Formats: sequence, structure tokens, C-alpha cells
Amino acid sequence: MHMLSIKNLQAGLEDKPILKGINLEIKAGEVHAIMGPNGSGKSTLASVLAGRQNFEVTAGSVDFLGKDLLDMAPEERAREGIFLAFQYPVEIPGVSTTNFIKAAVNETRKHRGLEALDAVGFLKMMKEKMKLVQIDQSLLSRSLNEGFSGGEKKRNEIFQMAMLEPKLAILDETDSGLDIDALRIVANGVNQYRNKDNSFLLVTHYQRLLDYIVPDFVHVLYNGRIVKSGTKELALELEEKGYDFIKSEWALAGE
Amino acid sequence: MPEENEELLDQITSSEYKYGFVTDIESESAPKGLNENTIRFISAKKNEPDWMLEYRLKAYRHWLTMETPKWANVAFPPIDYQDIIYYSAPKQKITPNSLDEIDPELRLTFEKLGISLQEQKRLTGVAVDAVMDSVSVATTFKAELAELGIIFCSMSEAVHEHPELIRKHLGSVVPYTDNYFTALNSAVFSDGSFCYIPEGVRCPMELSTYFRINAANTGQFERTLIVAEAGSYVSYLEGCTAPMRDEHQLHAAVVEISAFEKSEVKYSTVQNWYPGNKEGIGGIYNFVTKRGICQGDHAKISWTQVETGSAITWKYPSVILKGDYSVGEFYSVAVTNNMQQADTGTKMIHIGKHTRSRIVSKGISAGKSNNSYRGLVQVGRNAVKARNFSQCDSLLLGDQCGAHTFPYIEVKNSSAIVEHEATTSKIGEDQIFYCNQRGIDTEAAVALIINGFAKEVMNQLPMEFAVEAQKLLAISLEGSVG
Ligand SMILES: Nc1ncnc2c1ncn2[C@@H]1O[C@H](COP(=O)(O)OP(=O)(O)OP(=O)(O)O)[C@@H](O)[C@H]1O
Ligand SMILES: [Mg+2]
Repeated sequence: MHMLSIKNLQAGLEDKPILKGINLEIKAGEVHAIMGPNGSGKSTLASVLAGRQNFEVTAGSVDFLGKDLLDMAPEERAREGIFLAFQYPVEIPGVSTTNFIKAAVNETRKHRGLEALDAVGFLKMMKEKMKLVQIDQSLLSRSLNEGFSGGEKKRNEIFQMAMLEPKLAILDETDSGLDIDALRIVANGVNQYRNKDNSFLLVTHYQRLLDYIVPDFVHVLYNGRIVKSGTKELALELEEKGYDFIKSEWALAGE
Repeated sequence: MPEENEELLDQITSSEYKYGFVTDIESESAPKGLNENTIRFISAKKNEPDWMLEYRLKAYRHWLTMETPKWANVAFPPIDYQDIIYYSAPKQKITPNSLDEIDPELRLTFEKLGISLQEQKRLTGVAVDAVMDSVSVATTFKAELAELGIIFCSMSEAVHEHPELIRKHLGSVVPYTDNYFTALNSAVFSDGSFCYIPEGVRCPMELSTYFRINAANTGQFERTLIVAEAGSYVSYLEGCTAPMRDEHQLHAAVVEISAFEKSEVKYSTVQNWYPGNKEGIGGIYNFVTKRGICQGDHAKISWTQVETGSAITWKYPSVILKGDYSVGEFYSVAVTNNMQQADTGTKMIHIGKHTRSRIVSKGISAGKSNNSYRGLVQVGRNAVKARNFSQCDSLLLGDQCGAHTFPYIEVKNSSAIVEHEATTSKIGEDQIFYCNQRGIDTEAAVALIINGFAKEVMNQLPMEFAVEAQKLLAISLEGSVG
């Protein structure tokens, strides 16, 4: 079944095209990795899929489980099952992480026709998922991301993913800034949550993550386009050769 | 600012003022305008003793020599004091002996406001004094409080029943000479609440006064006096609303608190006067003087205010820390939206040794509004080891509003420690997007962020009112994001 179908997606800032025609098909249960040099448009793609308003979509279409994704408000996309683990999670002072997640979980439940969780039910769910990503209770009672270390922020993103149970999780460099143990824990969390019904789009710079979360496909995003796709061997090749060979191939192809 | 947010901002900043209804009730008023006869009229209506009339007249004559202060960071056309009605009373057939005898229309008004004057208030354990236009219409729980020796009644009643206390304390903290509006208030005040806690008594319930301006062209000048004798404690809450009217209405109140040795007074305000419409037409001018004095050692006075209403707010609840080791606190959230203006803050006057004060001010501005914090921390020569900590945070929604901070510090004792911290931030689009991405829509996100920003102050409110105040914050600001 098709989870996400991106066709000729073009988007950018007012005077600056960033995505120049992205094509990508993700089926339910698949894990896709996106790699590519800095500034090639990976985070922009993630943002556009999540509905960030400051990027303007100029062409193309995105179908998410039979619905026109680009037509939905960001909160609707989230409630429909799109989750973005941010490359740079924002801080919200004064709002406790627990309360924030509770609000998020209950909005999503409401959308799915479920009753809001009461304090007990929510706590039980929290306890369960906390184990999954080995996150500490004390962190969750603090203001959202405020003063969290880089790694703690990333772990909090994965914890929220586990709590919200999305259909498509987009992880934007969640592995950056994680120590070896944390990386394993986060990967473990993802793997446990991985099943035939949900899909992942992993943005990463490092082959290392893909040792833990083995992708079905690897794509290289360069200059706003997916210029190469393959299996996990492609990641190994990139690790070895760097992006130069892709850049020169692309140059030869006439851009 | 993305277009959609701008639209949303427009849409929601126009959300209706929920308390803007008018009660259809007969009222009895003084003729428009202010002169000595107006004052004699008010005093006669209230059957006042001569000393009270004399006090009013002295205040009036002093007022005539004064000019409207101009230093606040607010702008408004000159007020025509001859165009105001200074006394308006809901006409009741009889003086109510019990709550059942109150005019049903009047009762309905207060019920619409969420204030039940009926005995079911017993359940929430809050004693209420309700003031409509110029007079107090009902005080609940009087008998229960009287058993403890606590006096909680309307000011007019207190003038008759407890003249010795009123003569001793009225004007002792805020003399009529203090400023233009206190002189005016002292001359024409029509009612308000009086609260007296005897020595060593801990008031077992929240005392609360609700003020409501109903009649048109009417000014409201209420007067509140709280006296806490040695070792006593009271928590007091004031709430206010008004109908939507096209003309500005003046509200010039005075609140005085006297706290004696080891007593504690907590005074909370949820101010929601009609703010005027989006273009700035109508709304209340809220020019208020609030001051407490820690007369004795170890006394404590704490002001908490949530200010969301009024076209213009101009008030500085202050504490004079006279007793050694006395403590003053000021916790404030002031919200301005559309064309609202607020110039608010506090004065902490350290006179006694080891006195401490704490100021936490959270200003939230949206629309085209202007929000200023103005505070004075003064440490006198003898205030050995006085301490102050001030935290002033401003949050901006959109880019057409203003936030200003005017902290004044005067220290005359070198052992004092005075600290001031200030921050200004904007609700970031990235914060909103983060919330959106988690399924939380923009309105809910703003409410979440605002309440997080104001939490330290909201936590100071009595539990019964915290939830209400949180909703009020959200309502006043929904969607005003940029
Ligand atoms: N708000 C913005 N203003 C200006 N330029 C932007 C903005 N957002 C993205 N860009 C530009 O768009 C291009 C793509 O950025 P993007 O963040 O998508 O890259 P990336 O592939 O995620 O890079 P990295 O690997 O460094 O995270 C970059 O040149 C970046 O500078
Ligand atoms: Mg990126």
C-alpha cells in the first residue's frame, strides 16, 4: 500500500527555489533514508511535508494515504499521522514537557475518535514508552526542551514519536549529537516501533545509524533533487567515496 | 508573518467581549457633573455622618487645585469631569434582608458573571461582596465571618457600623492628597468593601468583591479598605467587568491595606473591564491607586494581578515596608491587545531593616497595543540589609505592539541588595509550528505558550480563580501570533 507519494515537488523561499522536483514513493512498512551534502534541501523537504508555512510550494503533489497532503494544515497532517522529529527542536519556557505531550496526544486521539486519556491512563502510557527510549521522568517534568542537552532533545523527540504513534515518522538528523549508547537506544526505539503498517523517512549524514536501523532504500538528495537511489549499499559507497562522485556525475549529466 | 497567521490574528483578536451585556434594571442616579452639591447628594443618599461629608469636601477642594498627571506612557483625550454621573444605584424596592430579596434581574447579572450570590457559594467557601455601579448589592457569609470577629461588609455600611475603624484607617495609607485620582475618589467614592481581621485570626475563606459597572455615562469610584491586625491572615480577591459601550467610562478606585505585626494579606485581582473595540472605541479607563503598608515587624503584603481588560490601565499596587523584616510582593500579568494601553507596575518602599521585596511582572502585548512596566524600588537610609529581586518579562505577539520597561531604583543604604532582570521575547513562529506539528492548533498553542510564560504569577492566585484566569488569558489573546 502507498503511504506517501511525492510527485515533482518543487518548493522554496520567495526568491530561492530549494526543492527542484522531488519524486519519492514510500510504501507502508518501508524505511527510506535520505542522505546528501549540507544545504541540499533535506530539512526543507521534511518541513514542507510537515506543512511549514514559510516555504512556498510552486509545483507538484503529495499524496498521503489517499489524501492531498499539501491541502492540509500542519496540525491536521500531524493528527493524520505525520510526525517530524526536528533537527533543531524548539524550547518552550514554562510549558512542562509532560503537559505538552498530553495536549498533543489528546488532540490526536480526538481526531481519531478516541476519548481523551485521563491522568492515570496517560501516566501508564508514559511509563511504557519511557522504557522504550530510556528517558528520565525528571526530564519530562521540566519545561519543554528548555536547557536540554542536544542528546536529550533528540531523545525527547523519539519519545514523543513513541507517544503519538504516527504512521509516517520523518526523523531529521536525529542521530546527530547522540553518543554511542543513546544512538543505540534511539535506534532500538525506532526498530521496536517499526512494523508493516508504518513507515520511516530518515535524514542522516552517517552510515552508522543505518547499521542499527537498516533501511529498505537510500536516496541521495543533491541540489534540490533526488539524484541517486539504491539500497543500503549506497550508503556504504557514500561513506567510502564522499559526495564528490555524485556531484561530478551530475555535472556530466549537464547541470 | 505568513498570511494565514495574519488572517487568524485578525479573526481572533476580534473575538467578542463575553461580559458586554447590559442589565435592564432601574437605577437611581445623581445628575451629571461634579460640584459640591454632587458630593452632598452622594453623602445624603448614603445617610453619612458629618465627618464623612467633611472628608469628601476637603478631598474635592484639594482635587480642584490639581492637574491630571501626564507621566504615564499612555495617551487619551482630556476627560470631561462634568460629563460623568458620579452616583448610580440599582433601584431596589426594599433593602434586602436576605439574598432572596435581591432583584432577580440583578441576581441574574451576577449569575451570568459566574458569581452566584446564593448560599451554594458555601460549597466553594468564598465570601462575596458584589458592587453594581455605585453600591454594594450583597455580601455573603457575613454571619459566619462575624463569629470570628471578622468584618466583611460594604463601605457604606462600615461608615455607619464601624465609624471608629473607618475614621482611624481611611486615608491612612492613601491620603486624598496622594494624587489626582485619589483626591477624586476620596471626594466621590460611593461604595466598596471593608474588611477587618482581628488579632490572631486566620480568615478561613477567600474574601472576594466583584465590581460591575452597568449604567451608562457612569464613573465607578470604589474604595476598599483592608485592616489586618497583628498575627492575622486574609486572602482577598477582586474581579471586575463592564458592559460594552461606545464611550469611555472612568474607573478610579482606591485600595488601602494596613498589615500589622506578623500579619499577612494576599490581594489578588482579576481585572477584566471592557477593553473597547478593535478600533479603540469605548472601554474603561482604569486609573487605580492601590497601596499597602506593613506597619509591624514581619508583616507581609502580596499583590497578585491579572490585568486583561480596560482601554487604559494605570496602576501601581505598592507596599511600604515599614516594619523590620516585613515582606512585599508583586506578581503581575498584564495583557494588552488591539488598541489597549497599560502602564502598570509597583513601588516597593523599604524603610525597615531586613525588609524584602519581590517583583515578578509579565507583560504580554498583541495587536497595536502598548504595555509598559513601571516600577520603583526605594531603599531608605535605615533599611539595613534590605533585599529586592525584580523580574520583568515581556512577550510580544506580532510586530505592531510595544513593550516598555521603566525600572527606577533608589538606594540609600549600602548594605542593601537590589537585583533586576528583564527579558523580551516574541512568540516564535517556530514554536507555533512545533506545536502544530504535534497536532496542537495555533490557538491552543498560543494559550499553552502564554500560560507557560505567565505561570509563575498564575501560581500565586487562589486555586478557585486560577483556572478562570487562565481561560481569560487565552480568550484575550487567542491567535494573535506573528
Ligand atoms: N529560512 C531560510 N532562509 C534562507 N535560506 C534558507 C532557509 N531555510 C533553508 N534555506 C536554505 O535552503 C537550502 C536547503 O536547506 P536545508 O536546511 O533544507 O538543507 P539540509 O539538506 O537539511 O542541510 P543540512 O545537512 O546542513 O541540515 C540551504 O541553502 C539553506 O540555506
Ligand atoms: Mg537539515
